[in-house]
Amino acid sequence: MSSHGSSTQLLTRFDVSPSRRRKDRIARAMILAATVLALIPLALIVYYLLLKGLGSWSPSFFTTDPTGNTFFGSSNIGGIKSAILGTIEIVALASAISIPIGIGVAVWLVEYGRSSWFANTVRFFVDVLTGVPSILFGLFIYIVLIVGTGSSYAGYKGSLALSLLMLPVIIRSAEVVLLLIPGALRESALALGAPRWRVIFSIVVPTALPGMVTGVLLAVARAAGETAPLLFTAASTHNTNFNLGQFMNSLPVQIYSDVTSPTTAVVNRAWGAALTLVVMILLLNLIARLIARRSRLA
Amino acid sequence: MSTDGTSLRTAEMEPDDRVETSGREGGPVDPSTTDPTTIDSTITGAPITESSKPRATAPAAPSAAPAKQGLSVRLEALKAFYGASEQVKGVDLEFRANEVTAIIGPSGCGKSTMVRCINRMHEEIPGARAEGRVLLDDLDVYDSSVDVVAVRRAIGMVFQKPNPFPTMSIFDNVASGLRLSSRGRGNLDGKVEAALRGAGLWEEVSGRLSEPGAGLSGGQQQRLCIARSLAVDPEVILMDEPCSALDPIATLKIEELIDELKRSVTIVIVTHNMQQAARVADRTAFMLSGQLVEVGPTQEIFTTPSDPRTEEYVTGKFG
Repeated sequence: MSSHGSSTQLLTRFDVSPSRRRKDRIARAMILAATVLALIPLALIVYYLLLKGLGSWSPSFFTTDPTGNTFFGSSNIGGIKSAILGTIEIVALASAISIPIGIGVAVWLVEYGRSSWFANTVRFFVDVLTGVPSILFGLFIYIVLIVGTGSSYAGYKGSLALSLLMLPVIIRSAEVVLLLIPGALRESALALGAPRWRVIFSIVVPTALPGMVTGVLLAVARAAGETAPLLFTAASTHNTNFNLGQFMNSLPVQIYSDVTSPTTAVVNRAWGAALTLVVMILLLNLIARLIARRSRLA
Repeated sequence: MSTDGTSLRTAEMEPDDRVETSGREGGPVDPSTTDPTTIDSTITGAPITESSKPRATAPAAPSAAPAKQGLSVRLEALKAFYGASEQVKGVDLEFRANEVTAIIGPSGCGKSTMVRCINRMHEEIPGARAEGRVLLDDLDVYDSSVDVVAVRRAIGMVFQKPNPFPTMSIFDNVASGLRLSSRGRGNLDGKVEAALRGAGLWEEVSGRLSEPGAGLSGGQQQRLCIARSLAVDPEVILMDEPCSALDPIATLKIEELIDELKRSVTIVIVTHNMQQAARVADRTAFMLSGQLVEVGPTQEIFTTPSDPRTEEYVTGKFG
């Protein structure tokens, strides 16, 4: 066989066949179409939020409380100060409750419980909790802490409802990240003569931190946008309030009541509040990521 | 103790450069060359003897001892289990103080499991347990009154894959053992430097101690892990195939380091590489199916083994 003959044979053998090229092109086109399709609603939401929300933004929008004077043609409906501060307070307390407990449960599941009977039972119920509709958490707190005690609505009761909602999200996401930490890392720390709890707090958790931050942020973002658990736990009010023992306004509840108003200015305030909520969560995301990145090499 | 360690290791740094140029890799297979001539000038009045039984009194005599000494380790009828399966089936074996003992044998023969029993890392695996006695000098590390954490401080471990803590800088990696065991007070800088010098890494990293440990090369990372073990001042260091993930040059550096380290610690090294055992070990133990077949001076094991199975293994007939 001549060398020329074998090289042309090689060329044809390594040619991409026309049918495979066609299939490849169709598959690529379909995947691209799916991506674009998924981006359309996202882009529309952001576009509409900016279009409608930015119009109602002004310095006084953030610095004044809603007046409650939402009648047709009223000139002064006020801003959303109490809703912003209320959301921050309620979500901060909910996070303070659910983050330590949630990460504690995840650490226990991974480092101690492993695949014991009790750990698997806990995992099962955490999964069940993940699927519970958010209004049920509100209902539960309402029945136990409001009807049950015969007391009134309060910001901290809203926080409790939100923390129940956040717990399963935090536990499951933190568990997944902790499971990714290689066992060799734990072993080398144990072999240095470190007690188990030091290994967990000084090696395992810091290594898992960036991943855990992501899971916690998901939970915080979800809680900050929830209306249903707050409606009949924290209720709503017009005034800015720093006492979590009293009625408290929040952005989702403000949006919920504004958007049903017949007054255009009030509906626009709902758009402005919605844009504010999205920007707040975005900012929180950025700050948390910066902190997590820095702590990696502290 | 740390100041002595520092001066000892500092004194050793000069000849460490010599390792690069002349070295003693001239006769790598002859274990008799593993006794360097410099040993008399650095360690005074502590000859390395064959009978090593009650050598060091206690590790808590800071300024009295001129140099830190290793302790002997004796296994008595050691058995190790994973659940119901017995991986180590009753091993009696002594690791003499300030000697390098290599453990060779085919994959799955229980070498690593046996070594992990010495610092009680075996029991960290769910369902794993050990029987028998492991005597550090004269202390049974499996005694109910013994704190497992203290055992692991006295018996350090270096693993197969270099595993510096990824969130920590070079300095923090070395200091981690001290900090994790709440002994991070005092002269931390000095201890870290001494440990890095002891691991032959100081020259390479002294200018960038705050950079991440994971940014070093594989061989440097492994020496960082050795420095990390050295920082807690162990009497024994267990090495579980420390060079199997390294290139030949990094391997050579670790082997030279092992030679230096045995002046102050007892070393047990598990290896798949018989040439490595021949190069670094004073004594070699051959294991098969969870049992100790033979142990003796390295040269004897490789030239005139008494058991035919050892001969077959070291000549490459199986394994």
